[in-house]
Amino acid sequence: MSTAEHDRGRETYTRVEEGYVAMQESPDFQELRRRYRGWVLPVAAASLVWYFAYVLLTTYAPGFMSQKLVGNVNVGLVAGLLQFVTTFLVTALYIRHADTVLDPVSARLREQFEGDHR
Amino acid sequence: MSVLAQESTAVGSPTLNIAIFLAFVAVTMTLVLRAGRTNKSAADMYTGGAAFSGRQNGVAISGDYLSAASFLGIAGAIALTGYDGFLYSIGFLVAWLIALLLVAELLRNTGRFTMADVLAFRMRERPVRMAAATSTLVVSFFYLLAQMAGAGGLVALLLNIQDRGGQSLIIALVGVLMIVYVLVGGMKGTTYVQIIKAVLLISGAALMSFWVLTRFGFNFSEMLGQGAAAGASLDPGAAYGANGTSKLNFISLALALVLGTAGLPHILMRFYTVPTAKEARRSVVWAIWLIGLFYLFTLTLGYGAAALVGPERIAAAPGAANSAAPLLAYELGGTLLLGIISAVAFATILAVVAGLTITASASFAHDIYAQVLKRGNPAPGAEVRVARIAALVVGAVAILGGIAANGQNIAFLVALAFAVAASANLPTILYSLFWKRFNTRGCLWSIYGGLAITLVLIIFSPAVSGLPTSMFKGADFSWFPLANPGLVSIPASFLLGYLGTVTSKEYNAAKYAEMEVRSLTGAGSSREVTHH
Repeated sequence: MSTAEHDRGRETYTRVEEGYVAMQESPDFQELRRRYRGWVLPVAAASLVWYFAYVLLTTYAPGFMSQKLVGNVNVGLVAGLLQFVTTFLVTALYIRHADTVLDPVSARLREQFEGDHR
Repeated sequence: MSVLAQESTAVGSPTLNIAIFLAFVAVTMTLVLRAGRTNKSAADMYTGGAAFSGRQNGVAISGDYLSAASFLGIAGAIALTGYDGFLYSIGFLVAWLIALLLVAELLRNTGRFTMADVLAFRMRERPVRMAAATSTLVVSFFYLLAQMAGAGGLVALLLNIQDRGGQSLIIALVGVLMIVYVLVGGMKGTTYVQIIKAVLLISGAALMSFWVLTRFGFNFSEMLGQGAAAGASLDPGAAYGANGTSKLNFISLALALVLGTAGLPHILMRFYTVPTAKEARRSVVWAIWLIGLFYLFTLTLGYGAAALVGPERIAAAPGAANSAAPLLAYELGGTLLLGIISAVAFATILAVVAGLTITASASFAHDIYAQVLKRGNPAPGAEVRVARIAALVVGAVAILGGIAANGQNIAFLVALAFAVAASANLPTILYSLFWKRFNTRGCLWSIYGGLAITLVLIIFSPAVSGLPTSMFKGADFSWFPLANPGLVSIPASFLLGYLGTVTSKEYNAAKYAEMEVRSLTGAGSSREVTHH
C-alpha cells in the first residue's frame, strides 16, 4: 500500500497529484480495485481458456467434434453455439457486478475526489 | 466453366442495384450534412462531442465492427469450407469479452480522442504517441484494404463489370464517397451512417436467415445436411485440417481473432463518443448482443448458400467466396432482394471505411501533428484542418491499396488487420492499464517490435507469395509457414513489452496514481469533456 514511498521518480508533487496518490493509497480505492480486478481477471482468463478449449478440440480432436448429437447437429456445432451462450452470460453477469458492486464505490470516490479538487 | 461464370454474373439488374444504393447514399448524405453543421472543434470532429448515448454508440459499434468481412467473408467461408469458417464468427464475438471486461471503461475514463491518449498517459509522451499513431495507421490500412477489396468484388458481381479497370473505378468511387462523409460529417455524421447501416445489415441478415429456413421447413438440421451434401462440411478440418502446419494456422487465426478486437483503433475510438465509462459499458453490452445475433445468422447464411447456391457456383462467381451472400439473396428473392442485400453490403463497406478513415486521420492530426510535431500547442483550428487533409490522404491510399488487393478473401485480409492489432496494440494497452511497472521502453519495444514482427511474418508468409491463392501468384519468397502470424507475433510482443520494461528504471508514481484512480473512478476525466 505504501509502495509509492520508494522510487517515486520525482520529489515534489502538485496538489492534484498528491490527491491522486492519496486516493490511490486509500483503503476504499484499494477495495474498489480488488473488487474490479478480482472479478474481471479470472473471468476473462476463464473465457479465454474455454475459447481455446474449443479451438484445440476442433483442431486436434475432430473425431470427437464430428459426433452427431441430434440430426445433423454435431458436438462441434453445439460447442460453438455454447461459446455464444457463455459470451452472453458473462456479459449479463458483468453488468450486474458492475452496477451493484463497482459503480456505487467508484461514484462515491469520484465525488469525493472532485469535491476536494475543484 | 465459362458457362457457369456467364450464368452467375448475369444475376440481378444493375440499374436496380444502383438505384437502391443511391437511395442509401442520398438518405445518409442528408443526415451527414445536417450533422456537419455543428462540426467545428476537434472534439466534434473526433468524438461527436462525446454526446452519444450508450445505446446509440452500441448500435454504431456493431455498425463499425460488422464489416464486409463479417457479412460477405464469413458467409463465403462457411459456404465453401463449412465448420472451419464458423471460427471467424466465434472468435470475432468472444473477443468482445476482452473489450468489455478489461478495456472499454478504463480507456474511456483515461483518454479523450485516441488510443495514444491512454498509452502515453504515464510514459514519455512524444515517442509513445508516435509509436501508437504508427500502429494505428498500419492497422487501419490493412482493415481498409479488406473493405476496399470487398467493394471491388461486390461490384464485379452486381454490375457485371469484369475488367480490372472498371472495378478499380468503382473502388475509387467508394473511396471518394467515404472521404466526403468524413470531411462533412465528422464523427457525428459517421456515427449516424454506422447506426443506419447496422440496422439495415442486421435486419437484412435476419430476413435472409428466416427466408433460408422457410426453404427447409424450419428444419435447421435438414439445412445443415443439405449444405453438407453440397460440400460445406459439418466436421472440422475442411479448411485447416490437412496437416500439422495448417492446424497451427487455425490456432494462429483463432488467437488473432480473439485478441485483435480490443486493439482495433477504430473500435477503441468509439468508446470516446459517449460521456461516461458507464455509457461505454452500456455501449459494449448493446454491441455484444447485436454482434452475437448477427453472427448466429452467418451460420444459416453460410450453410444456406452452400445448400441453395452450391459451393462450385460460388467459387466460380466473380468475387468468389465473397459473393456467397449476394448469390444466396438472388436465389431466395430474385432481383429485388439481391438489390437490397447488395446495397446493404455496400453500405456496410462505406460505413466501416468512413470509421477507419476518421480514426486514421484523428490519430495523425491529434497524435502526430498536434502532440508530437507541435508539442501540444497547435495553432487554433490547425488540428482540425490537418485531420481533414489526413482524411484525404488516407482515402487516396485506401483506394490504391484496395485496387491492388481486389480479389482477395476479405475475411482473411481482416484477420491480418486483427493480427497486427493483437500484436502491436493489445499488449501495450493491457500492460499500460494493469501493470504498475510498465514504462516507455516496454511500450516502444512492444509496439514497434510487435508491428515489425507481424509485418515481416506476413510479407514472408504464404498469404503473400508462393501459393496459387497468394497475393503475388507468380513469385515465391515465403519462408514463414503460417498465413496468419498471430501465434508467433502476439506472444513475442508481450515478451518484448516485458523485457523493455524490466531493462528500464523509468517509473512515474504520480502519473500512475492519476491513471489508476482516473481509470477506475473517472475522477478528473469529466473535467475534460467540455460540452456537458
